[in-house]
Amino acid sequence: MLAQVLSPRALRAALPAASLVVLLAAIFYIQPRAMSYFGLNLMLQYAVPIALATIAQMFVIAINDLDLSIGPFVGLTASIGATLLASSPVLGVLALIGCVAAYAALGALIHWRNLPSIVVTLGMSFVWLGVAVIILPTPGGTAPGWIKAVMGVKLPYVPFPIVAAAIIALVVHVVLMRSAYGAVLRGAGGNARAIGRAGWSLLKIRMVMYAAAGTFGVLSGLSLIGLTSAADAHIADRYTLYSIAGVILGGGEFVGGRVSPIGAVLGALTLTLTGSFLIFLKISPDWQIGAQGAILIIVLALRALIKRREG
Amino acid sequence: MGAISKLAARPWIWSYLGLLVVWLATVTFTGGKGGAEILSAALSFGTFTVIVGLGQMFVITTGPGNVDLSIPATIALSGSLAMKVMGGADAMLLVGLVVSLLCGVAVGGFNYALIRLLRIPPIIATLSSSFLVLSTAIAYGRGLKIKPPPMLADFTTARVFDIPVLALVVAGLAVAMSVLLNRTIYGRSVLAIGQNMRAAWLAGIPVERIRFLTYLLSAVLASLCGFVLAGFSGGASLNMGEEYLLASIAVVVIGGTSVAGGRANVPGIWGAALFMFLLVTMLNTFGASAGVRLIMTGLIIVAVITIAGGDKPQR
Repeated sequence: MLAQVLSPRALRAALPAASLVVLLAAIFYIQPRAMSYFGLNLMLQYAVPIALATIAQMFVIAINDLDLSIGPFVGLTASIGATLLASSPVLGVLALIGCVAAYAALGALIHWRNLPSIVVTLGMSFVWLGVAVIILPTPGGTAPGWIKAVMGVKLPYVPFPIVAAAIIALVVHVVLMRSAYGAVLRGAGGNARAIGRAGWSLLKIRMVMYAAAGTFGVLSGLSLIGLTSAADAHIADRYTLYSIAGVILGGGEFVGGRVSPIGAVLGALTLTLTGSFLIFLKISPDWQIGAQGAILIIVLALRALIKRREG
Repeated sequence: MGAISKLAARPWIWSYLGLLVVWLATVTFTGGKGGAEILSAALSFGTFTVIVGLGQMFVITTGPGNVDLSIPATIALSGSLAMKVMGGADAMLLVGLVVSLLCGVAVGGFNYALIRLLRIPPIIATLSSSFLVLSTAIAYGRGLKIKPPPMLADFTTARVFDIPVLALVVAGLAVAMSVLLNRTIYGRSVLAIGQNMRAAWLAGIPVERIRFLTYLLSAVLASLCGFVLAGFSGGASLNMGEEYLLASIAVVVIGGTSVAGGRANVPGIWGAALFMFLLVTMLNTFGASAGVRLIMTGLIIVAVITIAGGDKPQR
């Protein structure tokens, strides 16, 4: 029994949750007042958009690609949400659907020409940013009232961000990890040739995964303006790094279709809390980025240790 | 006919064709004015992209997943360190250069240590280390307003017959890197590792030592870029490296180096760096807004890689 609990596989699966618990414990130790409904709500406010962007990145990483444009893309959808969607909902919805379609088309292009996703998405990050700057040249706009209402929901006992994060993790887990087609989708990351030989269309798989990433990018942008109530083309520039780090903290691998939606959401929560932790530690803002890097390195070092035991 | 098809097979030809088209379009628009000035400006601004592009090229050539994302942070740290050490004094020029290069050695060594000891993908390793490096630069360089030594400033902005001296020096550096890539055991090993790491290892190539040297080279070149860039722009700033993340990767890819690794191309980096600068100049001349400029830059990068095509799947 004990051997089973301490097996490398179990340890590895527990690492994302364990790092979150350790971080939470440290925060509560330094600042006991954070251990309240209000405190958690405040600290985890931005967990929802970050978790959604992390899930978007996870879909792309699951098929061995990397999306370096998700941050600007979230910025674009936030800009659309705070302008078009508020002023003329029909146009706004059409524009957001267009964004998802553009992501699916990118997937098709990458597959058709066998292009490196890093370069394509790096180029597209300029395109998203450019469109966002045209839609919203200066920070501003207003989020539609219903989005603000959803993001401002006050639930009894458990803060909304925690419930929302749990729902996101479970829904994606069921679809990607437990459904038959989900296994095929991940299989395309593990052994694309085998999936292709089995008669599945790799083109369709890549388009589905990119469309899923685009959809979650849209959701991330909308949930973000629900919190900030205004937008800016650059509002989510750091989300590209957050989302990659979140997937990796959550136990995902860059190749082989080895990802975990629950882990990714936990990784996003950990990243969100890192900011609060550093503020409580009274670390100079100069070192905040560095401390985030250090935490990333520590978690990866732990994983390397476990892997070594895996042999 | 044979010569043309031979030329078309050269991976770098596309970046030079692109730069010619963009330059002609700009000059046609202005009615033939300023053609030489634009080229001269492209040579001096493109230089910095070439320096980091060369390092990134070696890293990317070692195979899929190898990218150095710490280049912008290294540029910022090396620039501010060097400016502080030199304090604007010509006498300290050499010391500043040495400090800047040592900074590169430290970052490169740290990057490789993360990759090797933690066995993490280079993208994440260089990303995490870039956070630390940038933080160091921020903490160290806050409010840093030190002018570069006059000698460095003069050197980086000097021109001979309207050609920037720095561009000539970096052209020499590019030739040296080309020799390093094609004519030395180190360069051939990089190519071999990029083509098939396991085969390279079985053939007795010290794979890990070569990868270490490659990350070291990239970081040292990034530091060098930070050093001359700070001299060129009248001092170091914390965000002066930002644009070189995309630029370093874009020039490598547009220049005809294979992203899958194993095939590198030095002349293409010069062509691509000039092309990127001329592209922005052209859009400016056409009076495009900031948004349109961003969209066009992005679309053209995607278009170039689409036309050049990806690599045939190996195996």
